[in-house]
Amino acid sequence: MSIRDLTLACAVAIAAGPLAAQNNEPERTSAALPETLEGTGERAPMTPPRSSANEVGVIDPTANQFGIGQIATEEEIAAIDIDAMPDGRGLPAGSGTYAEGKQVYSETCAACHGSDLRGISALGAPRLIGGRGTLADDNPIKTVESYWPYASTLFDYVHRSMPMDSPGSLTAEEVYAVSAYILGRSGIIDDDPDAALDGDSLPDIEMPNVDGFVPDPRPDVNTTE
Amino acid sequence: MSKDERFPPLRYGPAERHMAESLVELERQMLSGEQAEDCDCKEGMFNSVTRRNLLAGGLAVGGSALAGGRAVAEAPPGAHEYYVQPDPTKEQGRTILNDGGYGSRSQFESEVRWRYPTASLDSSWSMTPLASGHGIITPSGLHFERHHAGIPNIDPLQHELILHGMVDEPLRFTMDDLKRLPAVSRIHFIECSGNTLTEWADPTLKTVQGTHGLTSTSEWTGVRLSTLLEMAGVQDNAAWILAEGADAAVMTRSVPIDKAMDDAILAYAQNGEAIRPEQGYPLRLLLPGFEGNTHIKWLRRLEVSDKPFMTREETSKYTDLMPDGSARQFSMEMEAKSVITFPSGAMKLPRPGFYEITGLAWSGQGKITKVEVSADGGNTWHEAALDGPILPKCHTRFRLPWAWTGDEVVLQSRAVDETGYVQPTLADLVAVRGLNSVYHLNAIQNWHIAPNGEVTNVHS
Repeated sequence: MSIRDLTLACAVAIAAGPLAAQNNEPERTSAALPETLEGTGERAPMTPPRSSANEVGVIDPTANQFGIGQIATEEEIAAIDIDAMPDGRGLPAGSGTYAEGKQVYSETCAACHGSDLRGISALGAPRLIGGRGTLADDNPIKTVESYWPYASTLFDYVHRSMPMDSPGSLTAEEVYAVSAYILGRSGIIDDDPDAALDGDSLPDIEMPNVDGFVPDPRPDVNTTE
Repeated sequence: MSKDERFPPLRYGPAERHMAESLVELERQMLSGEQAEDCDCKEGMFNSVTRRNLLAGGLAVGGSALAGGRAVAEAPPGAHEYYVQPDPTKEQGRTILNDGGYGSRSQFESEVRWRYPTASLDSSWSMTPLASGHGIITPSGLHFERHHAGIPNIDPLQHELILHGMVDEPLRFTMDDLKRLPAVSRIHFIECSGNTLTEWADPTLKTVQGTHGLTSTSEWTGVRLSTLLEMAGVQDNAAWILAEGADAAVMTRSVPIDKAMDDAILAYAQNGEAIRPEQGYPLRLLLPGFEGNTHIKWLRRLEVSDKPFMTREETSKYTDLMPDGSARQFSMEMEAKSVITFPSGAMKLPRPGFYEITGLAWSGQGKITKVEVSADGGNTWHEAALDGPILPKCHTRFRLPWAWTGDEVVLQSRAVDETGYVQPTLADLVAVRGLNSVYHLNAIQNWHIAPNGEVTNVHS
């Protein structure tokens, strides 16, 4: 470690110090070194991990009963169960229109994916529309319009991880709206400004490449001994 | 001298003053030989600070004092810069635990991962330096990386795993819970299905790190996923299980329930210690032999279902486009592959003579049973020795003694696994899959050696 690193490390540690002291419960930012034992000065061993279960319960390892862990409540599951499936399972309540989506897109998406929805490769942001009918070409163009088999995937991905600078920040309404806009611009659904998408209509959308995927046929090269 | 006199509030903010005072105290303790336990700074922070370093830099306050300090050489990543003795037999070596109690590599070793220059720094990958690797284990710090949204920094005390969906009883586990359950340790490779993706049409990258560095092997320790699934009780119509990470991509992949019940591991340890942050700390799904993207890192949720979820990473990505415009989906298993790591691309053999050809072979479908090496572009093949252990779904080291005469040669290796599958040529693959499938390139690699000893990546 160089002196520069030392200076940095110390500055970071000390800057964190007074902040943490202001809270009642200082935020844990790293693990403390093991304590030393009286007498020998040995380092204390790990603390045996604790089961979060309220009681020991019946223990029968042969029947996978360990008295470990807890039952997950519906609330706990709902707090992180965000996936949406092609048949509509998991899609949240709410709806959004093409016009609303155009607004969301220009404010949230266009900076990376381009105001024309054709991506900005220098930013690593892929093209979203066009390319239909090119998948068998020498230079196929894979976009939401030309390649993605299900509209639910668009909703799910945007909802969980877009935009890059503020992932997961869009409301369900905003994601329905921006999905309506992207799919409308693709000519896959109506681009009427008032055309709305919701949890009922989104699974009914038939994507152009829905039949384009096949199961893994490997081994596909005849090279067995 | 009071603190206010030494670091007057007019010129020093509270943080700068605290730092400056700590450094003064630290230096005083070091010069007097005291233990640094009274220092406000956290114990262990200054692992590598030697008296020499501190004196060399003088009193570093903020950034300003650095300009006047003597330049201190930077040790390579993972190493500390220690004093190099002119004759180590004539003076005592450095003292024990000078490193704070967690060792480091020699400052004379500098192998590092290399980042493929993707446009995004958040979604990028780094590759293992295979050319200088030994044996079958990849050092944890050199294990390849693939992140879609950077590396989250997670306190394991705050991390939980929820298992729900088509189960009799949805369950929630803390990291402590998982560590209390029966564990297994297994040595397996993980290979990104994009490994070698630059090489379909033309020889593109020069080194084996660039062409093959998205595969690495570790010993992984954790709970079998089947243990958790049996605790929860999987319902009869269950066929798939969704795995979800706690990174900003909230990465998701669907996994066949048969794989989950077979050899899947919820890994919390790698090579004998906690799994590294960039490998999924505190918890990673390990699916031995499956493409790397399915080994979900920072695992927070598992949902059992009757159908695949059709996430972005299993539809728009990680699908293999064929010449007819169809795309293969759920190509999970990594087929047998091998590569010669020495000699390999961008090396220069100094002169004719004896060299041991060595490399790695692996298969997602079981054990490697044979590796053959050709030194004439594939006309004749010689069986290499497999240096044990030979483990299923694991890197296997092969070696073959070889005398280079100084003539132009093309070196190749060809792996066979226990299913009888033989590693194909690139021409074989391209004939079936064309040039646009991106993933799963497991063809024989060619290294051309010129009479001057230069090794280059070629297509035969």
